[in-house]
Amino acid sequence: MTTLTDPPKDSFRLGMLIYDTRYRALTIQVVALFAFMLLAAWLINNTVQNLASLGKPIDFGFLSTAAQYDINQTLIAYDNQDSHLRASAVGLLNTLLVAVMGCALATVVGVLVGILRLSRNWLVARIMTVYVELFRNVPVLLWIVFAMAILIESLPAPRDFRGEDAPAAMLFGDSVALTNRGFYVPEPLFARTLGDLPVFGAFDISLDFLAILAVLGAGLFASGLIRTRADRIQNATGIRPTTWYLRLGVVLLPLIALLVALGFHLGYPELRGFNFQGGIHMRNSLIALWLALSFYTAAFIAEAVRGGILAISKGQTEAAAALGLRPGRIMSLVILPQAMRVIIPPLISQYLNLTKNSSLAIAVGYMDITGTLGGITMNQTGRELECVLLLMLIYLVISLLISAVMNWYNTRVKLVER
Amino acid sequence: MADLTFVRHEMVPEQAPPATSVGPRGWLRENLFSSPLNAILTLLSLGLIWWVLSHALPWIVLSSWTASSLGECREQIAAAHGEGTTGACWAVIRERYLQLLFGFYPSDLYWRPLLAFGLALLALAPVLFTALPRRLLWLSAAAPFVVPWLLWGGSVWVPVCVALGFGLGLAALRVVSAAAGGLAGVIAAGVVPVLWWLFLAWVAAGLLQAILPFGITPVESRAFGGFMLSITIGLVAITLSLPIGIVLALGRQSNLLIIKAICVGFIEFIRGVPLITLLFVASLLLNYFMPPGTNFDIILRVIIMVTLFASAYMAEVIRGGLAALPRGQYEAADALGLDYWKAQRLIVMPQALKISIPGIVSTFIGVFKDTTLVSIIGLLDPLGFSNSIRANAEWNGVVWELYGFIAALFFVFCFSMSRYSMYLERKLRTENR
Repeated sequence: MTTLTDPPKDSFRLGMLIYDTRYRALTIQVVALFAFMLLAAWLINNTVQNLASLGKPIDFGFLSTAAQYDINQTLIAYDNQDSHLRASAVGLLNTLLVAVMGCALATVVGVLVGILRLSRNWLVARIMTVYVELFRNVPVLLWIVFAMAILIESLPAPRDFRGEDAPAAMLFGDSVALTNRGFYVPEPLFARTLGDLPVFGAFDISLDFLAILAVLGAGLFASGLIRTRADRIQNATGIRPTTWYLRLGVVLLPLIALLVALGFHLGYPELRGFNFQGGIHMRNSLIALWLALSFYTAAFIAEAVRGGILAISKGQTEAAAALGLRPGRIMSLVILPQAMRVIIPPLISQYLNLTKNSSLAIAVGYMDITGTLGGITMNQTGRELECVLLLMLIYLVISLLISAVMNWYNTRVKLVER
Repeated sequence: MADLTFVRHEMVPEQAPPATSVGPRGWLRENLFSSPLNAILTLLSLGLIWWVLSHALPWIVLSSWTASSLGECREQIAAAHGEGTTGACWAVIRERYLQLLFGFYPSDLYWRPLLAFGLALLALAPVLFTALPRRLLWLSAAAPFVVPWLLWGGSVWVPVCVALGFGLGLAALRVVSAAAGGLAGVIAAGVVPVLWWLFLAWVAAGLLQAILPFGITPVESRAFGGFMLSITIGLVAITLSLPIGIVLALGRQSNLLIIKAICVGFIEFIRGVPLITLLFVASLLLNYFMPPGTNFDIILRVIIMVTLFASAYMAEVIRGGLAALPRGQYEAADALGLDYWKAQRLIVMPQALKISIPGIVSTFIGVFKDTTLVSIIGLLDPLGFSNSIRANAEWNGVVWELYGFIAALFFVFCFSMSRYSMYLERKLRTENR
């Protein structure tokens, strides 16, 4: 008869660090950490030495000195006596502006193209395929400079709008002018404005817009309450009360009341002298960047949408039809909730790509964060290291925020799945 | 009483389907006019196609190939086809296409990049298409040394000595592991080539060149430009990013905490910043990170940063493939007694790479498209040249011809890559559908 005994316990030998799997993992990690730290130390040491020999130690003091350059498209007040820091903030806001506008347009176009590509209409599906392939296979930078060149070369100059039989005309009842200096669109104005709210003395927020946002938010919240009540009644009695006019009214009526109270009207652009005055001036660089980024990203979003819808098996549609659901309800209650789970992650990563690609603004002279901090500020102050580090940090924070949203959404839909 | 029961004794002959559901008419009804909405969409699409073609075709055909400036071009078109005709001015392409393709590469040496890229294609062929003879793989092994030599020129002994480093590493592995065990062999295989490259290779190359001078005209990186530059950067970054990406992906999936942390940090950092900031690093900062006095080539610096960029994206794609692999595959490999590297090489990687092919190829396409960003830091890729051509007094105002040409070049490359990935997906789809 045999007895099981514990294997004899070896005393620790140095060789076990390599040959014993229990310790080998530790050895490898320590060696890797050591090598990594050595590399980092080498790089930092080189950098410090190089900077010392150039006589410019790392110093972020330049951020508080006067920028002394103009930015032609700003969301907050700025003039060339403001600091580099404020110029960077203007740039960051411009980046966010084009990113938000781009994401919105890209989503609309992308979803439309993605659905139309699945259309049973042969011709429409082919045209959408051509669109997707054309935009996906040509660099986005080319689209951006191309859009810029087309806007400059093919749109009429402001002087062409002058005279009795002018060669160019404004669109939408003299409210929008497309010129080779940019687009002029009406701006919202308030006759009885509430004034501005200074935030930390750094910039002003229009109280009118805050009021509108607040009323809109309250209206949507009330509309949500009505819907919850309708759900409850439907669950209890089986009959859903008609609520659409209530929900519409609760959102729209207070908003209209507020707009009337504030004396809302539009300020139209007008041709005065050699240029248009009034209205909102969107520069060519912004328009070109916005359109090119949107249509480029839309091609990728279209593919994500198509993939998401195709990923839902046909059995789901048939099962829903067998339950007696109408086609619209099949889409909204059965297909879309499942397809969303497939579509949203690539969609968000496309938003991320769009935001990062907006750094190409520098090619058309749109003053985003790369154009201010990584462009003129860097060239003026000669602080390459600090500027590029800050630039990377800012983009990294934006990316991590977007990734965090994506992870949050992923965990949320996973819970729904179980 | 009459028998009213009716029994059919012969089959009714099969009737032709209604004319509206077969042939071209049936196809039209089915695919273009199946509902009022579809009919409207079809008409709108036809209108769009007509609009595009009616503008594009005359513009392309009624063109000028011989003018030397945009103004002359317009005069020629007006003279030939009547006042008010707008036509393409292909003369700008005819005048500048060599520059757009080769940059300032010496014109008598154009055969070298052509030969180099031909060789690279030939070297890729046995990797891409398994039907080709395996002996071509030797060419694939030699290409990484021959292609740069053809592009940059110089003494033939430099690439030979660099290649010799790999031979030395292999020899060290054989000799030392026979003498002092496997681990020492691996360490020797890592250390010997590095020492060789750092200290001895250049001396040896110089000596050999002195004894047996053989070389081709060296070409400076400054002369690189146009589409050739895009292909050079793209090719190197694509080739190197796959192995680095695999290593990073394995590191990220690893149980070793520190290695995992390093890999995650690297990948997330690179993916979190735009490529343009990395190119700023290449053009402005990389020299700061090197020992004082180092000054290496801008194209090399750009290639390094683009490769790092591509590797991080590649790592994420491959990680997706690794994650999609069922747990059982790893466990089965363990159960067979395979060690980590054997399990990866024989079981995990072939399947994971197969799953990630679409992602890998779309990363390749993305990298190739992103090479256009080098124009922002002043390298003369096709877009860089387009700026200087448009700034030129003769061609100021030319848009569609120039960008159309560059877009077509990129489209051909990227589109064929995406078609290849579809072919590969179909070929490797082994499971039943």
